[in-house]
Amino acid sequence: MALTLMKGSEAIAEAAIRAGCRYFFGYPITPQTEIPEYMSARMPEIGGCFLQAESEVSAINMVYGAAGTGERVLTSSSSPGVSLKQEGISYIACSRLPCVIINVMRGGPGLGSIQASQGDYLQATKGGGHGDYKLIVLAPASVQESVDMMKLAFELGEKYLNPVMIVADGMICQMMEPVVLPEMVDFKVDYKAKPWAANGKHPSADHKRAVINSLYITVEELDGINETLQKGYREIEKNETRYEAYNMEGAEIIVTAFGTVARICKSAIDDLKAKGINVGLLRPITLYPFPYEAVHNAAVAPGVKAVLDVELNAGQMLEDVKLAINGDQKVEFYGRYGSHMPTSEEIYEKLLSMREGF
Amino acid sequence: MAVVFEKTKMLTDAVFHYCPGCNHGIAHRLVAESIEGLGLTDNVIGVAPVGCAVFAYNYFNCDMYEAAHGRAPAVATGIKRVHPDTCVFTYQGDGDLASIGTAEIVHAAMRGEKITTIFINNAIYGMTGGQMAPTTLPGMKTTTSPYGRDTLQCGHPVRMCELLNTLVEPRFIARGSLSSPKEINRSKKLLRQAFELQHEGFTFVELLSTCPTGWGLTPEQSQQWLERNMVPFFPINVFREPNQMPEAAKKYTPDLKVSDDKPKEG
Repeated sequence: MALTLMKGSEAIAEAAIRAGCRYFFGYPITPQTEIPEYMSARMPEIGGCFLQAESEVSAINMVYGAAGTGERVLTSSSSPGVSLKQEGISYIACSRLPCVIINVMRGGPGLGSIQASQGDYLQATKGGGHGDYKLIVLAPASVQESVDMMKLAFELGEKYLNPVMIVADGMICQMMEPVVLPEMVDFKVDYKAKPWAANGKHPSADHKRAVINSLYITVEELDGINETLQKGYREIEKNETRYEAYNMEGAEIIVTAFGTVARICKSAIDDLKAKGINVGLLRPITLYPFPYEAVHNAAVAPGVKAVLDVELNAGQMLEDVKLAINGDQKVEFYGRYGSHMPTSEEIYEKLLSMREGF
Repeated sequence: MAVVFEKTKMLTDAVFHYCPGCNHGIAHRLVAESIEGLGLTDNVIGVAPVGCAVFAYNYFNCDMYEAAHGRAPAVATGIKRVHPDTCVFTYQGDGDLASIGTAEIVHAAMRGEKITTIFINNAIYGMTGGQMAPTTLPGMKTTTSPYGRDTLQCGHPVRMCELLNTLVEPRFIARGSLSSPKEINRSKKLLRQAFELQHEGFTFVELLSTCPTGWGLTPEQSQQWLERNMVPFFPINVFREPNQMPEAAKKYTPDLKVSDDKPKEG
């Protein structure tokens, strides 16, 4: 397997193309602009479509239009831009269309900063726009994992007819790492297998017209679509919960963290291990569905005395960690607001200080 | 017995929900007949708006999308980029297109997106119960301009055909009316032309329409009111035809150099 040294954002964009994505609609915003830039050069080479929309609002609605044809469609943005996309995402979720949205999170609220952050956890996992809906939310911790997630993201979207969000942070997109790129997927829309997809053919006895819609004006109809959506979410929760458990054997403390922060925690854990202190890491890879059971099991395992949740925000995943543990273990939080990345030494010190209380 | 008239197969059998005297029904039929007349029935996708025509997806007998308020041109863009050889149209009202969706329509037209937009202008928000639209006439009373549209506060109405006619790319921009059989026939020709030219670029037909419920008039009074009050400000006209490209539509090809001077040596 050949390793290529690539910037995160460009590796992600190339991985999307290799996963069969031929339609990208975006808008420049730091720190994800390299994704649309890469797409603008690469898509014409392979007969795909890159389009710079007039706004994030338009870009997500272009995604809605293209996703309704059954193609693999991608958009990317960063926090303030993702806020603008929420209207469209809600429509896409209710219309049950697959697509992939990348949020390269930056510091907020408001215009915030352009540095890495994890401040959009709640927006990504609890709906974000209006109404009762969920996105499948994937959180990579390395450039390689981001690359590997692209194909999975499109496949999950198609399997559950649900939009998928990849939440990365500015760090993952801006750093360069060696990656193995996947083979090019030959993706073709099979309109027989996707009767919901629009292709312009006139309705006939064996072909119903596609109506891509999120308006259900009667109580019964709206109940019906919400039941369908909720049933889908229960399936997703049952089948697709993903996490990484690291150094759990004999752990005194369990760290919960996702994305780049989890990597920093890993360094602190390795340093402590060298001193004979065992700390485990439970890293959710799917933020929705959240690995509630795994977090609970890790937190109450014999020998574990506390849980430390580490995030680049004021404590957003913390709410899910506490829900998972449900009072069965002590939970502490170490957070930095977006743009102030903690060092592994800080986390090391925090973990040591927690042990003093045992 | 010979068949002398058939309902277009581009309309479903669903019963329109529109108010008595509303022009949406006429506009739907004209659009449907134009598409069928051009033989596009088996290759067409439409996008419905938010507003009175929100249920258009129940009426047009083809693949249909329901877009968020104002976003239809962006949705149509996404569709057209995947299906470049399919006829794609949006059907939008004045609140949808000329207010919340101004950015989407202007930029779709700017890009020369090969879609056809049908713009129903009845100078009011019908679906939400008769509020002021960007096209509401000066002094016109609505539920959010109870003393009449005050131009000192809200300005004069926006003229979308004229606004879009400043752009280079559109191939066809026209305004018709649905106020009389004569105008309806003329509007049908405009729609047919717009769909015919879609493969060349962005085409746009505005149709002046009535809203008897929102205006508080009978259907007949509404037709008269439209002709008397709307037409003088929103003139019926073909603003752009491919064989009559105005100055504004001239393509500009700069050489992108700083100056004609050769770079200095050394």
